[in-house]
Amino acid sequence: MKSLLAALALTTALSTVLVLPGAAQARPVTLTTTLNAYGGDGAYLALYVTDASGAYKGSLWMAGGKAKYYEHLRDWYRATAGNTAEINGITGASVGAGRQLSITLDLSDALFDAGYVLHIDAAVEDMRDSPSEITVPLTSAGAGKPTPGRRYISSFSYDM
Amino acid sequence: MIRSLHRWPGLIAAALLVVLALSGAALSLFPALETLQAPAQAEARLSVAELATRIQARYPGVEQIRRAPSGQITAYWFEDGAPGAATIDPATGAGVASADAPVAHGWLKTLHRSLFLDDAGRIAAAAGAASLLLLSISGIALVARRTGGWRKVFSPLKGPVSGRLHVEIARLSVAGLLLSSITALWMSASTFSLLPEGAGPPVFPAVSGETGAAVGDMPVLRETPVFALRELTFPYPDDPTDAFTLKTDAGQGYIDQGTGALIAWNDLGGLERITETVYMLHTGEGASVLGLVLGLMALGIPVMAGTGVVLWAGGAGKRPRIRANAAAARADTILLVGSEGGTTWGFAKALHDALTGAGHTVHTDAMSRFSPARYTGARRIVVLAATYGDGTAPASAAGFLDRLAALPTPPAAPLAVLGFGDRNFPAFCGFAQDVVDAAAAKGWAELLPMDSVDRQSPQDFARWARAFGAAIGTPLEIDHQPVAPHTEGLTLLSRRDYGTDMQTPVSILRFAVPRVAVWRRWLGQGLPRFAAGDLIGIVPDGSPVTRFYSLASATSDGFAEICVKKHPGGVCSGQLLGLRPGDSVRAFVRPNPTFRPKRGRAPVILIGAGTGIGPLAGFARANTKRRAMHLWFGVRHPDSDLLYGKELTEWQADGRLASLTTAFSRTGTRTYVQDALRRDGARVAQLIGNGAEVLVCGGRGMAAGVAEALGEILAPHGLSLQTLKAEGRYGEDIY
Repeated sequence: MKSLLAALALTTALSTVLVLPGAAQARPVTLTTTLNAYGGDGAYLALYVTDASGAYKGSLWMAGGKAKYYEHLRDWYRATAGNTAEINGITGASVGAGRQLSITLDLSDALFDAGYVLHIDAAVEDMRDSPSEITVPLTSAGAGKPTPGRRYISSFSYDM
Repeated sequence: MIRSLHRWPGLIAAALLVVLALSGAALSLFPALETLQAPAQAEARLSVAELATRIQARYPGVEQIRRAPSGQITAYWFEDGAPGAATIDPATGAGVASADAPVAHGWLKTLHRSLFLDDAGRIAAAAGAASLLLLSISGIALVARRTGGWRKVFSPLKGPVSGRLHVEIARLSVAGLLLSSITALWMSASTFSLLPEGAGPPVFPAVSGETGAAVGDMPVLRETPVFALRELTFPYPDDPTDAFTLKTDAGQGYIDQGTGALIAWNDLGGLERITETVYMLHTGEGASVLGLVLGLMALGIPVMAGTGVVLWAGGAGKRPRIRANAAAARADTILLVGSEGGTTWGFAKALHDALTGAGHTVHTDAMSRFSPARYTGARRIVVLAATYGDGTAPASAAGFLDRLAALPTPPAAPLAVLGFGDRNFPAFCGFAQDVVDAAAAKGWAELLPMDSVDRQSPQDFARWARAFGAAIGTPLEIDHQPVAPHTEGLTLLSRRDYGTDMQTPVSILRFAVPRVAVWRRWLGQGLPRFAAGDLIGIVPDGSPVTRFYSLASATSDGFAEICVKKHPGGVCSGQLLGLRPGDSVRAFVRPNPTFRPKRGRAPVILIGAGTGIGPLAGFARANTKRRAMHLWFGVRHPDSDLLYGKELTEWQADGRLASLTTAFSRTGTRTYVQDALRRDGARVAQLIGNGAEVLVCGGRGMAAGVAEALGEILAPHGLSLQTLKAEGRYGEDIY
């Protein structure tokens, strides 16, 4: 299984954090993260959104099921104090080296072109933590353009 | 009960445990390798501030510094858009080797903890650890029962090799296996978040917003020695909201990158400390020698799995199907079986079949299901009872004595008791004797006196069956071989005859051992390797019952030698003594590892009479290391039946025998070997006091006389045969 497809209707799950006032519209967005062959165990990935000032707004996905390792997703952990309620219902398996994580979410239109930034923290057991390995502004124009990572992530893109 | 708790988890988990043990043993090498390879830290009080300064000078983009429990320091950096990492020489701050763990390490680790099956594999590995813990505990209880108590758990073992190997390795490794399994379970519980979480990192504090403090000047880093460091993470470049993160063996916290002050700290909780210690004990990371020891002990698991399966497959615990088992109320004969391993069931089945074949209705059941009220038609009750360890009831006899004691009146049908055991154990047939005593106390009528079967001897069993058959008026000839032997043809090379003038012919028969290629021997062909003291089994023509003779030679001698005495009317001895050189017989070898000198330099006292000299002569012949062996040998007359007379003199001359004492019962002196022992009591006591072991071979009467004499000799010195037997220093081969 090269790609993990999680087609989720998350308008409700994410409404508390990501559906912003005045934003009635939502659309399916596919987030694709491709990992390098870094030669280690499965990577834990936290996908979450901050505003322009860097303040945490909400989580989109957690790849990795064991809460004891979340502290290695340092930026996410720092922002949420490791609160697993933030990722209730949006948690999946860790992603093996060289594999691809592909998830489709219904995201609010208001998230785009409003200064919001998508972050991916990555961590691999016995290897160096890689917080905010991806930081990419969410814009309509940026859709479909791959962003390279620096350690575990070979590229990330979002498609609308 | 305990045996089931040992057998079934063992059989089910054997393959899994072998995988876990081998991968664990291989993994135990890595911490030791890492410790050997880690650059030595010469400065004992080197501070983290100094180390970080040195590393930062070499790698300005340093992001993180980690110290492994082995002392190995690794730095991670980011330079020119690419990440880098290296193990660091703390004296210079320079990288000395790649930071990547060997690929084999990662592979083995994944195999060891999850079998490449992720969470399902982790659960399987945890189940493996749980079964290992169960096996260790039940195994200790079984060994304690077998050796006769907790204080005797480490006493010498007797018995067949696979069972002995199983227990010997278990005793050597059980401490490590307990530690490994308990720590594994703790780590599994921690992985699955079944343990309460510790405090974790503190909440990220407010920072000054300034940057630029030098790591070398930060007070907390100056105070922290490198050996206490776990991890120092640098803030992101150009991010004034970030901070240094410090983890030490005491806790973790944040340092402001502008002021250099510690701005948040959480001490390591008690539980986190326990988990860290458990991790160290299990992996050997930070305790590499312990890791190696545990790894070595884990290597015992494959051997124990193998011997365990052999023990199980070898009949232990296998209850044969009893055909035509009559209802308890209808049967005229009730057979009650008390068996621990299951071999006694085989004898019970043989008896059951023979009696049924002779027209009896027989009900066979476990002693634990003793219920005399149901035996309405019984004419006789037979108890076949093994003994476990120091004389306790075997598994299938649990509760028998209590039920017997609770009876208001004894059963009307008379009782016959046959004990099964190993004469080398101090409590030979101890439980069967308890049954006889309890029955006598109850006033239960006796059909025939108790008898015993030594080490599953088919001869002993056949002898008892004949006596039993006579008592019930049904002739019984039973040959029950616990394992059907594979026989080989042996050709007589030469014979030396003695005692013909006294009408008691005795001969030393020497057979050629057919030469067989090694690979054929591995396939089970040819005679297996044997040593003096092992037994040779011969099935004579015209009788189904195997006779056993003690071997007086070893494979290396190139021949198989036995001493045979003509028994009046004896079928087998008659046929053997009728052999002429060139004739052959069918024979097989049965190992008898309990009857031979133990390794070492301790003196050996050999006591024998008549043909009992056979194995003792073999021990002396093999004594090329000139260990102090003292022989007391009783025969009728020096001119008639002094077996090995010429060799004994030669061996004494060349030192293979330290002393030779003969006793003659048909000369004017009329001395038996036990009389000679009594006369030499002081010397015997001194030898035993010096650690000598005693090996006795001969007939029952002679053995009893020798035991009595030795008891008298030892008593004034505060010693007894029981203590010698318990120490594995008294061996008997009696016929």
